[in-house]
This record gives sequence, C-alpha cells and structure tokens, in this order.
Amino acid sequence: MLKLENISFITDEKDKEILRDINLTVDDRFVAVTGPNGSGKSTLLKVIMGIIKPTTGRIYLDGEDITDLSITERANRGISFAFQQPVRFKGLRVRDLLELAGGKDKKGQESFRHACDVLSEVGLCAKDYIGRELDDTLSGGEMKRIEIAMAAARGTKMTLFDEPEAGIDLWSFQSLIRVFENLYRETSGTIMIISHQERILDIADKIIYLKDGRIAEYDEGSKVMAHLPIDLTAGACAQLQKGAQEKEDR
Amino acid sequence: MAEMMDAIQKSLLKEVAELDALPVGAYNIRANGQSAARNTTASIDIVTKQDKPGIDIIIKPGTKNQSVHIPVIISQSGLKEMVYNDFFIGEDCDVTIVAGCGISNCGGEDSRHDGIHTFYVGKNSRVKYIERHYGEGTGTGKRLMNPTTVIELEEGSRMELETSQIGGINDTLRVTRAKAAAGSALIVHDKILTEGTQTAKAVLSVELNGDGSSCDMISRGVAKGESRQEVEISIDGNAACSGHAECDSIIMDKGVIVATPKLTATNVEAALIHEAAIGKIAGEQLTKLMTMGLTEKEAEDMIIHGFLQ
Repeated sequence: MLKLENISFITDEKDKEILRDINLTVDDRFVAVTGPNGSGKSTLLKVIMGIIKPTTGRIYLDGEDITDLSITERANRGISFAFQQPVRFKGLRVRDLLELAGGKDKKGQESFRHACDVLSEVGLCAKDYIGRELDDTLSGGEMKRIEIAMAAARGTKMTLFDEPEAGIDLWSFQSLIRVFENLYRETSGTIMIISHQERILDIADKIIYLKDGRIAEYDEGSKVMAHLPIDLTAGACAQLQKGAQEKEDR
Repeated sequence: MAEMMDAIQKSLLKEVAELDALPVGAYNIRANGQSAARNTTASIDIVTKQDKPGIDIIIKPGTKNQSVHIPVIISQSGLKEMVYNDFFIGEDCDVTIVAGCGISNCGGEDSRHDGIHTFYVGKNSRVKYIERHYGEGTGTGKRLMNPTTVIELEEGSRMELETSQIGGINDTLRVTRAKAAAGSALIVHDKILTEGTQTAKAVLSVELNGDGSSCDMISRGVAKGESRQEVEISIDGNAACSGHAECDSIIMDKGVIVATPKLTATNVEAALIHEAAIGKIAGEQLTKLMTMGLTEKEAEDMIIHGFLQ
C-alpha cells in the first residue's frame, strides 16, 4: 500500500507550486492518473520514485516511511518506473538492460529467456532486438516498447508508467494492454499509469484526476469517467484515436 | 604454458590475449624482452629479425581461418624495449591476428614498450587485428607504451582493427597510419580509458588512394580523474572513395579531451564524413539505471563499460 501525506512540490526556479497538499492512499491494483497538461501527473509519479524530492510531506510504502530514501533504495524496495521519454545509451544493448531488470537471481540462460519473453510481450521479435544497441538506431516507438518491457521485466510490487501509450501505434496498443494484464496477473502488486487513453481509463480500478496540482477526483474508474471534462477524453486527438480503433475493431 | 613464465606473466597474458594456455595455431610470446614461446605452422612462419629486435610474420597466400597470437608481457621494472614486427600477408588470406602488451610494474623504475607493427595485406585478403594494452602494478615506476601501426592495403583487401587500452598505462602515443588501394577497406574501432593523471594521444590517419576504397574509423574514449586524451583522426580522399570518422568521448571529473577530425579531399568523387562529440554521462541515464536498482556508482560503471564495449 502506498500512502502520500501532505505532499507538495514547489519548483526552485520559478517558485511554482506543481503539487499542492496531496493526500492519497493507493491500495488498489490498477490505478490510472489523468488530468490536463501541467496538472502535476508526471511530477507525482517522480515523487513516488524518488526522482523528485517533495518540498513538504511524507511517503509511505507498506507502512515504511520512504521519503528520505534514494531512487536506488526505492527501486530495491519494489518500485519500478517506465519513463515517458526513454533514455538512450550508446553501447548498452537491449539484452544488458533487460537482464538487469530481470534481477540478479536470474542467471545465464534463464536470464536470457526472461529477456526474450518480455520483448515478445511488447510485440518485438526477441531475435531481432535482443542484441541491438539502445542508441539512436532504434525508433521512438521501439524505444518506448523496450522501456515498457524493462519496467514489466522487473515485476515489482509497484510499477509506475508515465504515459506508456504515447508514441505507440494502435496495433501495439493491444500488446500494451496485454503487458498490463500479465503484470497484473503475475505480480500481486500495484500498477499506476498516467494516461489520457479512454481504453486504459476504462479498465482502471480507480482513477486519480489531477488538476492544478491537486487531486480533483479519486474514485472508482466508472464514477470518475462520468465526471471527466469533455476536453480530456473527447478531445480531437482522443476522438480520432477512438474512431480509428472502432474502425479497426469492426 | 611456457614453463619459464611466472604467475604475474601468465595473468598479464590472460589480460592482453585472453589466453589461459598456449593458443592454437601460430604464436610468439615475448616476455621481458625475450621470446618465451613460439610456434609456426605450415602456412604461417615466424622469423626473428637479425638487424633489430622483432619478428617477421609471413603468411602464405590462400591461408584461411587461421590465427596468429603475438602478445608481449613485461613484468621486470625498468625494462625498456623497442620492437619491430612486420606482417607479410599473402593474397586471398583470411586470418586473425591477436597482439597486445601487458606491463606489470611494481618497482620504482619506468617500464616501457614501443612497438612498430607494419602490415602488408595482399590482394583480396581479409585480416582481423585485435590489440589490447593493459597495465597494472603498485610501484612508483611508470607504465609506458607507444604503439605504431602501419598498414598497406592492396587491391580488394580488408583489414579490421579492434584496439583498446582500458586504464593502467601512464602515458601513451598510439599512431595508426594506413594506405588503401582500389577496392580495399579499413575498419577501426579504437577504445581508450584514462584515469588519474594518465595521458593518451591517438593519431589515426588514412590515405584512400584507390577508387572504391573506404574506411570507417570509430574512436571512443572515456577520460576520468585528471587524465588527458587527444584524438586526431584524418582521412585523405585521393580517389573515388568513401570515408567515415567518428570520435565519441565521455568526459568525467576534471578530465580533458581534445578531438580533432580532419578531412582532405583531392578528388571530386571522394565522399568523406566526420563526427565528433564530447559530453558527460547524462543525468537521465544515471536516473534510469538507478530506477532499476543500481547505485549511482554502479550505474556510471555500467554506462562506461557499455560505451567501451
């Protein structure tokens, strides 16, 4: 269970309040975080991972105060993070990072097989990708899928995804949903996803709707969906995506 | 393993040539200025030079899928040597040559190995050349190496160099000069890591003299501590040729890196490209690896290891 108490975050440079007195208890398995641009969604997840240190407030994971723990310590306590914009590494291969994600307890062939399995899960042929360098020879979409695979490969009790659908085409959107389903099934943990995608919001146990750095709504998915402003789920892009998906489904 | 070698020498041999035992095929192991072991085959001969220190390696035309190992190891503090090794590779060969030098200096005097390797690569031959430089030891004496590689590529030949120096050498000047005839190709992957107050300079120059000749030279460096690296890569395009040079470096701590790519074209059909980049390890790279459970130091090590892989 994750608990945030009076979390606020004020930027050093512009003295802008990005998060305002967030109080939140996450004890559901699949929680979507949504809200307009600039509402503080990414900052909230980065505060949980320890990438951003909150200005005030405390964070508890399964009763332990983790506010002062480093990113590494939080990762080792079972938090994983998939970045919205994946980082590239010259020289490091897909296999290197997937094996790191798979954990030190997996060795040799087992570690390799696990890496191949997670790649297949995100719709990438392991044979073609396992030896590729994570440099600019991979497209944005490929990097994004590998990023998701890395977070899923860790199989931790809390996995945070920052807009996983951004940059993913409709075909692989299906794979993406399957990744979440598998992670949901295989871990007894919690998945938190920042998303604007109606189909992800639809399957969430709960939705957090952030606005201006505050939690405007936090409730069961269907209840929040009924109140969501029209510009969020029915914006021009969302409508286009929905239309294309309906066409594909037909 | 040659019986006259001690544990330190065997360990150095492992570092520079990945050898636990005597290799298969032709070899010449030079330890503390003496030939410690040698083997020749029906198609690869190794002959000691009479006029100066060094050996001639003669590979008969048509020799395929064979290897030559010629590692040099120095464990005697204060030893200084200059060695000339010439490689005569006949036509239509396909061989791998593994060289390298390891210095272990636990004494107070400087140890130094300078070597000039000259390759004559015959028509349509393919050569893979691997060279590792390694230094260790707790003594105050320096570990110094100055390797020079001279390459003459005949028509249709191809030579691939993988050269590396990953720490341990106080001061080095690495020179590689090549001339490429029509249809020949040179591929160079050079890796270097310096730390402490080490200095390293690499000068790579290629003359593409024949139509259809090409080169692809990639230098990757990491400068830690207060070390200094200089890399000069130059390509002369004197025919209808294509050349690519890339210097890519990670700078850390108070390190200094100077990267100088130089292109000269004397033929309108020459297509030459260079790229050079110097930068520190990106903060988001460290953050990403830390979210996967590594400490900042472990993340840094993994990024550098991958970069020099």
